[in-house]
Amino acid sequence: MKKGLLSVLAVAAVAALVGTPAFGQAKKVKIATEGAYAPWNFTDPSGKLAGFEVDLANDLCKRMNAQCEIVAQDWDGIIPALNAGKYDAIMAGMSITDKRKEVINFSTPYAATPAQFVVLKSSPLTKALPLDTKVYSLKTMTPETQKAIDAVKAAFKGKIVGVQVSTTHANFLETYLKGIAEVRPYKTTEQHDLDLTAGRIDAALASQAYWKPMLDKPEGKDMTIVGPGFVGGLFGTGVGVGIRKADAQLLSEFDKAIVAAGKDGTIQNLSMKWFKFNVTPQE
Amino acid sequence: MDIDFYWSTFLELLTGVPLMAQLVSLSLAVGFVLAVFVALIRLSRWRLASGIAYGYVYVFRGTPLLVQMFLIYYGLGQFEWIRESFLWVFLRQPYWCAILAFTLNTGAYGSEIIRGGLQSVPWGQIEAARAAGMSGWLLFRRITMPIGIRQALPAYGNEMILMVKATSLASIITMLEITGIAQRLISQSYRAVEILVVAGVIYLMINFMLTRLVKWLEHWLSPHLRDAPVVATPAAALAH
Amino acid sequence: MELLSWGDKGWGDELFFATLMTLAVATAAFLLGLVFGSLGAAAKLSRHGWLRAIADGYTTIMRGVPDLLVIYLFYFGGSALVTYVANKWLGTSGFVGINAFTIGALAIAILSGAYSTEVIRGAVLAIPKGEIEAARAVGMSRLLLFRRILAPQALRYALPGLGNVWQLALKETALISVTGLVEIMRQSTIAAGSTKKPFTFYAAAAVLYLVLTTLSTYAFQRAEDRSMRGMRRA
Repeated sequence: MKKGLLSVLAVAAVAALVGTPAFGQAKKVKIATEGAYAPWNFTDPSGKLAGFEVDLANDLCKRMNAQCEIVAQDWDGIIPALNAGKYDAIMAGMSITDKRKEVINFSTPYAATPAQFVVLKSSPLTKALPLDTKVYSLKTMTPETQKAIDAVKAAFKGKIVGVQVSTTHANFLETYLKGIAEVRPYKTTEQHDLDLTAGRIDAALASQAYWKPMLDKPEGKDMTIVGPGFVGGLFGTGVGVGIRKADAQLLSEFDKAIVAAGKDGTIQNLSMKWFKFNVTPQE
Repeated sequence: MDIDFYWSTFLELLTGVPLMAQLVSLSLAVGFVLAVFVALIRLSRWRLASGIAYGYVYVFRGTPLLVQMFLIYYGLGQFEWIRESFLWVFLRQPYWCAILAFTLNTGAYGSEIIRGGLQSVPWGQIEAARAAGMSGWLLFRRITMPIGIRQALPAYGNEMILMVKATSLASIITMLEITGIAQRLISQSYRAVEILVVAGVIYLMINFMLTRLVKWLEHWLSPHLRDAPVVATPAAALAH
Repeated sequence: MELLSWGDKGWGDELFFATLMTLAVATAAFLLGLVFGSLGAAAKLSRHGWLRAIADGYTTIMRGVPDLLVIYLFYFGGSALVTYVANKWLGTSGFVGINAFTIGALAIAILSGAYSTEVIRGAVLAIPKGEIEAARAVGMSRLLLFRRILAPQALRYALPGLGNVWQLALKETALISVTGLVEIMRQSTIAAGSTKKPFTFYAAAAVLYLVLTTLSTYAFQRAEDRSMRGMRRA
């Protein structure tokens, strides 16, 4: 008797907590973004989410004929929370990597941009590691790529490099600069920018698509890109929509929508609007 | 159950203990001196200083530690004159920012505990000391201070545990102590719950040891409350 | 100053709504924490050893583990648990989400419940034994004794302690910013990042928290005075 009452209470409590459970395949898609990675996604002064991915998400949802809700979510918990069922998809400038593919699925990429280092214009690093406009792929270690990495290693000896936690950029530093430079993990890219300006760190590593618009803003007037750009390998094949492994249906819908948006130039238009250069993945 | 995973996580997280211990011990040590200082000012008849001390305690007890840390770490870096001053040698390092925030925080809470301890020293004991000819600094050093601190010890022990817990916030300003390492591990394996549980166990162990230590200190500092030791005399042995 | 103004250009209105969110989470967490606290205190005062052991375990763990870890744990593990329960007993399938508000309120409720447990337990123990014996002697039933003697007095003794628990809950809400709930702290971080003026916004956050703690100190003082009406004063 008592047990019966207890389980009824437990069920009632759960029902009360759950609110809107995602029963079956309703055409409602909840998409998470970070809201602090301009211009990919950010929060404007009126408190609304905006940016390349917010626009793109709305476009993709129209193509998929789905009702979408976009929510902001802290970056370092964004994958566990997807698997915990807090939302159905991630569009937060997230690169497709093998490591991440072990836990979630990715759509085809909707953007691809190289990783680059940024320093203050007054820094000696501008001379030690001059800007190299070439982009090197880590997929296969050619002598050229190796030379570029060695140059980076030599320049950053004993320096402090800031990077956002749980990113491919953080993995790059872990892999290639471990024991050479001190790596500081930040919760958001905006925070490492604050510390770069404040002089706490010597450089920061992030995606070119983050830096370009940033450097055009008044806050970025003292910063500049140095050294080579890197793609491929541990940086993955580009930026894609993260989806739970169980949601095969949603994955194929996103894939179709992204391919369509790439074909009719929507991605390019949005990317010119937000990044001022084309981030559409080139095959 | 994946024992190997738990064990390697445990070992990895343990590497964050030295940094945590440094943060805790330095902040507590400096914070204690600050706390005594502030408590004395607040008990003094010097109105203005007492008012300022009250303001400090009020602000630091009335706001979350996280806000204090962000104000010190990100906030102060906003000003160019701070970045150009000698203070920047310290403030540019997250380590010292964390210590500064923790010290100021525990100093505020600690001062209230010590003030309570000092006020709870029985009048009779102070009168007795006066009657014996003690006054001023001697009275404070020999009677008020030791008794007050002894009274404050249980509450201060609590504050120490709160400090151990508070160091987890240092992970938010890029420090790789236990929680910081846990976050790094989560970002590598995405097995959040398991890693957090292991981290929790480590904190529990540390706090358990700390509680023991404070209990022992309390015992050691109150010989007058213990039973007199029974000395086995030859006569007593003979009586059996 | 323009940064803190109302409307689309400034962050004043966002901060105001974030403050309401902080208050809402803190209130929900505090009230739920009182429920946990009462249960915990009852268990600690129970005759059954296993109940006491559970309650002791609960308070020891909550007091020994950093609040940030508890919040992370709820955040990452909470949904998984609810999903499991819902799938098992409610016949649902797939993932069940819990919103950031519920997660945050629940995590802080569990934390503040541990503190409430000790406060309520202390308050019950502070009631003079003689009064309970007297009530029994006049033939009060257990329920009546609880309603007329135990509860009203325990509440009075517990008020100052509960005031502290409330302040703790209020300040702990700053940590839920890590789960993405837009309360004071999260809103200030967003604004600080977007304007590159961290001092301005974290100082604003500090002021907002100070206002909240000051007002609640005052409110609890009033409540305490009221509850002490019938007491003799020295």
